Amino acid sequence: MTDLSTRSPTGLKAWLTNENPESHLQASCGRAYYAWLDFAANRLALLGLIIVGLLVLVAALAPLLATASPIAPDLQSRLLPPSADYWFGTDELGRDIYSRIVYGTRLTLYVVVLVAIIAAPVGLLVGTSAGYFGGWIDKVLMRITDIFLAFPRLILALAFVSALGPGIENAIFAIAITSWPPYARIARAETLTIRRADYIAAIRLQGASAGRVIWGHVVPLCTSSIIVRVTLDMAGIILTAAGLGFLGLGAQPPLPEWGAMISSGRKFLLDQWWLASIPGIAIFVVSLGFNLLGDGLRDVLDPKSGD
Amino acid sequence: MIDIQDLNVTFSTGADLVHAVKNVSCRITAGESFGLVGESGSGKSTVLRALCGLATDWSGRVSIDGEALEPTARRSDSFYKTVQMVFQDPYGSLHPRHTVNRILSEPIAIQGLDKPGPRVEEALEQVGLGHGFRFRFPHQLSGGQRQRVAIARALILKPKILLLDEPTSALDVSVQAEVLNLLMRLREELSLTFVLVSHDLAVVSHICDRIAVMRNGEVVEEVTADELARGEPGQRYTRQLLVASRGYDREAIDQFEDFG
Repeated sequence: MTDLSTRSPTGLKAWLTNENPESHLQASCGRAYYAWLDFAANRLALLGLIIVGLLVLVAALAPLLATASPIAPDLQSRLLPPSADYWFGTDELGRDIYSRIVYGTRLTLYVVVLVAIIAAPVGLLVGTSAGYFGGWIDKVLMRITDIFLAFPRLILALAFVSALGPGIENAIFAIAITSWPPYARIARAETLTIRRADYIAAIRLQGASAGRVIWGHVVPLCTSSIIVRVTLDMAGIILTAAGLGFLGLGAQPPLPEWGAMISSGRKFLLDQWWLASIPGIAIFVVSLGFNLLGDGLRDVLDPKSGD
Repeated sequence: MIDIQDLNVTFSTGADLVHAVKNVSCRITAGESFGLVGESGSGKSTVLRALCGLATDWSGRVSIDGEALEPTARRSDSFYKTVQMVFQDPYGSLHPRHTVNRILSEPIAIQGLDKPGPRVEEALEQVGLGHGFRFRFPHQLSGGQRQRVAIARALILKPKILLLDEPTSALDVSVQAEVLNLLMRLREELSLTFVLVSHDLAVVSHICDRIAVMRNGEVVEEVTADELARGEPGQRYTRQLLVASRGYDREAIDQFEDFG
């Protein structure tokens, strides 16, 4: 066994693990490095990260990876089974399912990222304000949250989409509107435990405004639980988007949205199984990836699991 | 410097009303070191929290440095530059996600002072922490080092008055002495006024010139450090506290009265 303590590391690792960092950047990188070591020790979380990374990569390189146009029909080659030419077969209009899946990653990512960007900050803002100020602000904000929580997510999203009209943007908006309340609840609960802390009292004693306290001191401690929750919710968001697509209220034809692909493949399920199964498998794999990633992040980021 | 007249502090309302501080009056002159002692729940920390605006349900007349205070949370900018506080628990008083540099620079940014870098270095120097600590996170510091950072944070706005809420009771004995000596040195160098709250008479008599003994929200008596050193406080309660501060002694403990 080699004695690790006497061997002084050099280069990047030494810079990262330095006990006396020279700058804020180095300190933050060092902290991130230790978090990464924790994360990398969890094999399943790594698998989740790889799946999500692949999703991003495929979405970015879709034009290079696709072997055919995802929307141009070719009625000569309808409903062909998987083969060397058509890896995942073709659908009822002769479109290459592999290319549609590849381009579908863009729509999936689009939905997931936009929902996260809209819903998480709204939830964070509402929750931290309610928790920090308390009193009637808390009551008003939380009752609004309760109203949104009272509806099942898909039903409320359905109502919004039918009011706004079908389409991928409206579907995203509807999902975002229905997914912020849990984040507000989490952020409020976290804030309630933080706001009586001495470090909050200390910064208030230095004249900090409420905005500065919330943004600089409360939010950083809430974000990790929100990030974990958002990542775990990603699977649900993908499924809701696919569900709306399946019901014809999400992405409209000929967009290669996975839920819509399942919906149109349903008619051929018994004889041409690949039409519905391949997008189904894609949704399953991506959802699984996000769930595994979320589990791993929870272990690393949870502020209550050590420091 | 600090003038407190008939301070009453309450928590909650209605049936849950707790009268934590009852008619406390005292006058603390500039440069003095004033101690508040008493057992847990005697209201000594609450007096401090009312002074600095963390407890807002109080009545009475309080003025600090000639400025009369209102029972509100928001104080003037000059108040924050005059009065600062050091908290009891060094593990809870530093933000876990901020580096020492961020913790010390934030007050400078809030008050819009110039030259943040040199000020941070100077404050670290003052509390005996070197440059190497500047970019560490709190979890990379020991309890004593954390408390030094907390003291540096209180000093960075160059206040005249330091409120110390049991600054050493969460530390082990050898570190306690270091932090107490640091506080004594800083008080001399920066001619600070101290208000020290502690349950430990030994600590208080080590630092303070004048001591108010509190029980159940009231000041039982005021003694000078000399009187205490001669072991002749007027009240039996104070004498009992004095015995208790000398350490655990079964014979002495057996004779304790319950003042509840």
